[in-house]
Amino acid sequence: MAETLPPPRLLPSGDSAVTVEFSRTIDDAANERVLALDKALAAASIEGISETIPTYRSLLVHYDPGKIGFDALGEKLLAIAGQKLPPTTKARRWRIPVAYGGEHGIDLEDVAKALNTTPDDIVSRHVGGDYRVAMIGFTPGWSYLSGLDKSLHMSRRQSPRLFTPAGTISIGGVQAGIQCLAAPSGWHLLGRTPVRTYQLHRNPTFLTEPGDRVTFFAIDHKTFEELDRAAEAGEIVAERVDA
Amino acid sequence: MSRLVVTSIGPASSVQDGGRHGAQRYGLTVSGAMDRLALAAANTLVGNEPFAAAVEVGPFGATFTARDGAVRVAIAGAPRNADVAGKPVAMDTSVTLKDGEPLTLGFARGGAFTYLAIEGAIKGEPVFGSLAVNARAGLGSPYPRPLEAGDEFTVDAASGAPELRIELPKPASGPIRVVLGPQDDEFDDANKALFLDSEWKISATSDRMGYRLEGPAIKHLHGHNIVSDGTVNGSIQVPGNGAPIALMMDRGTSGGYPKIATVITADVGRLAQTSAGTGFRFKAVTMAEAQDEARKFQQLIRTLPDRLRSSDTIELNIEALSDANVAGYAVSAMDAGTWQVAAEP
Repeated sequence: MAETLPPPRLLPSGDSAVTVEFSRTIDDAANERVLALDKALAAASIEGISETIPTYRSLLVHYDPGKIGFDALGEKLLAIAGQKLPPTTKARRWRIPVAYGGEHGIDLEDVAKALNTTPDDIVSRHVGGDYRVAMIGFTPGWSYLSGLDKSLHMSRRQSPRLFTPAGTISIGGVQAGIQCLAAPSGWHLLGRTPVRTYQLHRNPTFLTEPGDRVTFFAIDHKTFEELDRAAEAGEIVAERVDA
Repeated sequence: MSRLVVTSIGPASSVQDGGRHGAQRYGLTVSGAMDRLALAAANTLVGNEPFAAAVEVGPFGATFTARDGAVRVAIAGAPRNADVAGKPVAMDTSVTLKDGEPLTLGFARGGAFTYLAIEGAIKGEPVFGSLAVNARAGLGSPYPRPLEAGDEFTVDAASGAPELRIELPKPASGPIRVVLGPQDDEFDDANKALFLDSEWKISATSDRMGYRLEGPAIKHLHGHNIVSDGTVNGSIQVPGNGAPIALMMDRGTSGGYPKIATVITADVGRLAQTSAGTGFRFKAVTMAEAQDEARKFQQLIRTLPDRLRSSDTIELNIEALSDANVAGYAVSAMDAGTWQVAAEP
């Protein structure tokens, strides 16, 4: 990191939240700064901050205007964001099993055709990626990943699907994703994981955190069924590797 | 313990409270009451914490019946005819249902959401500190879905406390106030002016997730795709078709459309209670003014207990009568010592 970092922009999100924006585009360095600020704010425990929401390029900070005003909070945020914050690279890593193709990854063949290669090659490029959870949003546990192999970048589907199943592993644009609940999606479906990133009565309820590292490994469809039953019963079924 | 049985209920009615905070970073929607002041007023009337869980009754009618003992309740929010076993009940008052007595609520006349608070509050199993229903994620307790006829709540037996009414300040009228941003720089001055100077109507396709606004199309400077970032209650995003959507309590935690402005906290409930098809305008205020209003709103919620009055003191509220008349309703004084909106014109 450079000694003096360009200050983020403070964008008002109403009277009780402020968006601290580091970049307008998807940018790993900006995401790193978002996660570092998020961590630093948790440690600083500033009076009035109630909740922070990291995204690819910005940190949304919810606060109580009865406890701290926009200007006073803004000064504190800029001061902390301007410091050389410790990198968040010492994250934990999740190894996520994926059943690729077939009924679990209905777009795998089309993606291979579009990129002029074989489904196996697409799987090996996807498995070969070293990903980071850049943000979680849209629906509970939906983990947006950075780190997708450049050769897999492709625009989203022309018409989004109204239903894609729970556990969908997909790619869209420059992003990769782990989807927890069934949801509409315009991304390309490569496979499914039995891992629940969100499961209400499990401890922990949410598996992934922004900043976590992720790698995938391929499993056959029979193993998927076994792990899916175990996951349904509350097992995590992802392998945790601490860096 | 008594029971309160949902004898009949329309769509868009559910258990709501102050919302599910602290897990938006995991994509968990906040939910909670669309009109926080009305929720707090109803709860205050029956001695509950302001944001305790209550029934949010949607625009249609509903009937609740006390079983296995008396149940004390209160109603506040969107005005509607209400009666207990045929005897009229005014908005913003508490009332005790004797065993077997039904409370009947008519259609909302203006606004959408009326809150039925129950003495001792609705009981259930909180998830992230909240019983609020989030139907999309299957969360909420005791029913993780909108209410249906036949549902029931196990509640405290009525305390026998004297009935109360609450004197709420005259609701603000005039434009819905906003703070511009976070992405107002995605729009040129002409389109910002178009947003602020036009009359808007809420589309009938709106729901707890978002209010779709009907009016002129707002054009973006650089297209409608931004990299997803966080949303708040009252974020006004502008999708590709130029028709703004005000994000409400069941919003997704992040979104990828530019947000031109954000409704101030003090006016989110007022926007929530704006009827579909009613024309209204927005007005930009400074951050200082918005935060001042937010603090006043907090103060109002904190001091609601000071606004409780005995419901048997007969004071005809001229201001309320005149407001109701301004709103286009015929109003007549009732023998109960309160006023009551007359039948539909």
